[in-house]
Formats: sequence, C-alpha cells, structure tokens
Amino acid sequence: MSEIFTPAFWGEYGGILAEGLLDTLIMVAVSTLFAYLIGLPMGVISVLTQPHGIRPHRAVNAILGWIINIGRSFPFAILMVALFPFTKLVMGTRLGLRGAILPLVVASAPFVARMVETSLSEVDAGVIEAARSMGASTFQTVWKVYLPEAMPSLILGGSITLIAIVGYTAIAGMVGAGGLGDLAIRYGHQRHVPSVMWVTVVILIILVQVVQSVFSRLSVRIDKRLK
Amino acid sequence: MESASIIQIQHLSKRFGGGSEEVHALTDIDLDIRQGEIFGIIGLSGAGKSTLVRCMNLLERPTSGKVVVDGRDMTALSERELRLQRRKITMIFQSFNLLMQRTCLKNVCFPMEIAGVPKAQAKSRGRELLDLVGLGDKANAYPSQLSGGQKQRVAVARALATDPKVLLCDEATSALDPTTTASILELLKELNTKLGVTVVVITHQMSVIEAICSRVAILDGGRVAELGPVQDIFSNPTTDAARRLVYPGGVSISQYPPSTRAVRISFNGGTAYQPLIASVAIECGVKLNILGADTRNVGGKALGTMLLGLPEDPGDAARALSYIRAQPNVSVEEVEYHE
Repeated sequence: MSEIFTPAFWGEYGGILAEGLLDTLIMVAVSTLFAYLIGLPMGVISVLTQPHGIRPHRAVNAILGWIINIGRSFPFAILMVALFPFTKLVMGTRLGLRGAILPLVVASAPFVARMVETSLSEVDAGVIEAARSMGASTFQTVWKVYLPEAMPSLILGGSITLIAIVGYTAIAGMVGAGGLGDLAIRYGHQRHVPSVMWVTVVILIILVQVVQSVFSRLSVRIDKRLK
Repeated sequence: MESASIIQIQHLSKRFGGGSEEVHALTDIDLDIRQGEIFGIIGLSGAGKSTLVRCMNLLERPTSGKVVVDGRDMTALSERELRLQRRKITMIFQSFNLLMQRTCLKNVCFPMEIAGVPKAQAKSRGRELLDLVGLGDKANAYPSQLSGGQKQRVAVARALATDPKVLLCDEATSALDPTTTASILELLKELNTKLGVTVVVITHQMSVIEAICSRVAILDGGRVAELGPVQDIFSNPTTDAARRLVYPGGVSISQYPPSTRAVRISFNGGTAYQPLIASVAIECGVKLNILGADTRNVGGKALGTMLLGLPEDPGDAARALSYIRAQPNVSVEEVEYHE
C-alpha cells in the first residue's frame, strides 16, 4: 500500500485518476442539474396539490406520490439495468458518461422531488395564508414565498442529493459508466491493484466532505432567521 | 348618522367535512359592518371566529350565503377578480406571518410587488408606512431581529401597503404581552382615525373589545349570539355566551345549589355605585348574599353586575327586590337554576 506515496504510482495512475475524478464530477453535475429540472417542479406540485395545499388536487397528488415512491424504491443498480434498452434508445449508447446520465437522472429526480417537498412543507402555513390574503397568485406564492422562505432547507437538501448522486455514480461505474467507481472496480477488483481502489475511496470521501461543508455553511449564511 | 356598510354578510354558513363527520362551523350569520368603524367579533375558542374572518376575504369559501365587500359579492368573483379584491381587505395575524428571509422594508413591499407596483415607488411607499407604524429605523432589519410588537407593526404596515378599505385583525394581539397589546391597539385606533380604514377585530379577550371597538358581535357555537354597541352588550349581556365572555370569572348561578333563588343586578353606568347592599340591609332589614360580582369601566362609564342570593323567606326577598328595583341606573333580573 505504501506505493501510494511514491512518484512512480502517481506517474502511472495519476492521469487516469484525474480523468476518473473529472468524469465523476461531470456525471454528478449534469445529472444533478437535470434531476432538479424535473424533480423541483414535481416537489412543488406535490406540495401545492396536497389536501391542505393552495391548489388541492387529489388525483394529481396521488399520481405524483406513486411516481416518486416507485422511483425511490428501485435499487439503483437494478434501475440502471432495467433502463438499458431505453437508455440506448434515447442516448444512443448505454455506456460511458452519456449512458450513465439518463439512469442517474431517472433515479435522482424522485429523490429531489421528495427533498423539495419536505423543504417546502417546513414553510409556515401562516406565511402562505398571508400571501394568499394579499392576493398572491399560485405562481407568485411559489416564486416569492415558498422557494425563498425554504431556501436554506433546499440548499441542505441539495447537498444530500449531490452526495446520493456521487454514490450512484460509483454504482454506475460497475456497469461501464466511467468515473471513479469504474476505476475502483477495474483496478481494485479485476486487475488486483487495490491501492488505486483505496485512492478512489479517499477521493470520494474528500468530495463528500467538501460538498457537505460548503453547502452547510452556505445554508447557514443565507438564513436570515439566524441573524 | 350611520355610515354606509363596507362588509355585508348575509345568511352565511360554513360546513367542514361531510357525512357523519360534518361540522357546522358557522350557521346563518348576518352582519353589517360599517365604513370607518372598529368592529369586534368575540367568542371562545371554537366559536367560529377565525372561520368567519376568513370567509370575509374568502380564504375560506362559505358553504352558503353572501359576502359583500365594498359593494362586490366576493363569492361571485373569479379567481383573478378575487385576488384583486383582496387588496382592499387585508389581514394581520396572531403569529405575524412575516417573510422571515426578507427585510422589514421588503416585507412591506411584498403586497405591492405582487400587485405590480414599480420597485422604486413601492420602496418609497414602504418607507412611509414603516415610519407610520414607528419603525422607520428598522427598514433593513430582518423579522427575527424584532420583538413581537415590532413584528406586528411591520405586519400592519404590510397590510396597509395596498391602501385597503378594511383591515382584518385575527387575534392580532393574542401573542403579545399586555403593554405591547395596548400599544398595538392604540396604533390600530390611530390608523382608523387617520386613514379611515375600517378595522375588524377578532379576539377572545374582552379587554381588546373594550379598548377599541364601537360595536361587537358575540359568536357562540357558530352563531351570532348578540350584536350591538359595546357598551350595551357589556352593561347588560342577555345570553349565556355573552355573560361567559363579559364575566369570565363565572358569576353564574349554575355553580349554586338548585334551591338558590338569586337575582342578577346590573349597574348601568350611573354616576357612582350606590352602597346598595348596605342600603338594603339598613332600609329593609334584609341580608343579601353576594354570590359574585364583576365591574368594569367601559367608555368612561361605570358598569357592573352582581349576582345576589335572596333570603329564603319570601317576604324578605320580595321587599329587597322591590327596593332594588326602585333604584336608578340599576336593572334586576331574576335568575333561575337550570338543570
């Protein structure tokens, strides 16, 4: 294991580790972006259509609830495999970054939806009522009250989502997606170079720590309730 | 002269749920609130006050009946028209309900923002309003940095931002200490005089009604039990619901054994309280038992009620009663024990 600290190790593996890290970051960033594009409206609609929401709608709420629950109960590895034909159809390949992003989005959008739903539910119902009493439309209530008032919580939810997606990318690596997970499997398991696997683990730990602390600090910094 | 009415409520009923779980929150409410008055709605918790006030701006849609605000039937408006009409009938709340992530000034600007008022104009109006409620120096503070009373002042400024005709106050002082309550009530009174805004005060505290309202409706079990000028209702509450509210200490005959014969006497604002009980003892030689008493000062007049136990001897009782009946500014009502 001590070879990790030798120049020879980094000479040989430094390049692929950097590339793996970059691939992971790209997968995480792109999937998170699309997961929020889909999951955020889902979460918002789910809150609005609740029985005590501002636009109660039993059917829409129930259907959204099912979609979110089904999406969340699929183990990611199985979801990925199940989606292979669909991924191939949409993305043209089921391998590499392109192949990984679609299942990552499908898996994390419901996760985001639930996260957003929880954050928005924390907004004081009285404040929503006040906005309605002033004549705010549904869109204004969402855009000017729900989202800004829930922002500290949404940011914390964002960190949890990001970290979950980092975990998913490692699993995606097992079925040919590239990234750090892929390196860990190929070198650590198939080629018996466990030190590469350990380095990827350390990089992932650092990545998670950085994401968590940056987002936690940001959440506290913008929260005017704590001033 | 009576001024024109600003809120008319006609045969309003509100039911929640359905089937066997149906709850009648409000039943056949009729109210006529006049322009420029401070109107109180009082009731114990569960009486339907909050539902009633939310039926006025249609945050709750009445099951039946009509709500006319400033000449427009709220129940007949489209969603969009209703949102516009709500700018004329704004609201403050027990828990203030400020936007916690916005400064005070931006809270006050919020209703103007959603009404599409240009930003610069909204800002200068917002500053004026904060000055009006005495918080001109807190424009850039966040609600979490303010005391309860200050938060409610910001909420008042925010409610005034769209120049409403009516300000609904839903238990607006119930979360505040007595001193702060007094200052907020003073502010409401001042705004009522200065701006002519009609104020509707919902509360469970008699003292709030006493302090600022001209007329009051007593709500009990979802119905209007009594309605009239505050002084009339306070000096002579005729329903049980009113008595419970006016004399919460429980000057009530039901606490006493069934055999008790009692009278309730009301002092209707005479110049001073006569030493009535002593007089009865001296003049008639009859000893009365004071079962309970409560007095208040309403609008500068001394008002009060006393529950007196009559002696068992019918002759003594009759003499005492006729003596009391002969006094000026005192009304007597015999009360019976009800099972």
